[in-house]
Amino acid sequence: MSPRAACRLESLGFADVYDYAAGKVDWLAHNLPIEGAAASSPTVGSCLRHDVPTARPEEALAAVRARVDASPYRFALVVAGDRTLLGRLRHAALEAAPGTALAHEAMESGPSTLRPHVALAAVESHLRDHHLTYAIITDPEGHLLGTVHRDDLTGTTGSPSR
Amino acid sequence: MVTRIELPRLRALLDAGAQLIEVLPAAEYADQHLPGAHNIPLKTISPHTAAGLDRARPIIVYCWDGL
Repeated sequence: MSPRAACRLESLGFADVYDYAAGKVDWLAHNLPIEGAAASSPTVGSCLRHDVPTARPEEALAAVRARVDASPYRFALVVAGDRTLLGRLRHAALEAAPGTALAHEAMESGPSTLRPHVALAAVESHLRDHHLTYAIITDPEGHLLGTVHRDDLTGTTGSPSR
Repeated sequence: MVTRIELPRLRALLDAGAQLIEVLPAAEYADQHLPGAHNIPLKTISPHTAAGLDRARPIIVYCWDGL
């Protein structure tokens, strides 16, 4: 739709026209502010945790394990220097591999992710249906934005508590 | 020639004073739109509805996903 609109404006004599083709969904998926009647609707982006341990791919597992053990979580997320999500280190992998192994050698590559504009009710249903306790949230380029946890959603979405 | 842009260029153009136009129907615009965007639905674009646009400043259009 926007390419046609841009061409139409050019045909009306506007010389400096740009098309943000990725559109509103791309803006929302970057967890950027929005205006309008639905602007305050609860989405995953409003419920993110930012304190899950992270690790660099070349980091030794011993250091990652210590960080995870000192946190309330049982996993770490492996990210590149620009926060691109590369993988996940579950507690079992951290325990099984030698401490000298590197994060990228033991990580589970390409864990599933969601975008921040998903409605809270939808993600709660997704987590419940798949017996998950949390989801990893990234932007469309794969940059880690945070995690959302089922414990934080119960009672916030209007669905029954369990 | 229309230039297709991505988010970083969008933000730079907005910082430089570009005009932002959502071309989706009015109800979708009312529901949610990018901050500062105006609404001119695609089907209504005409010399009349575009008369309020500043020809001296860049114009950025967007819809839901470009389709």
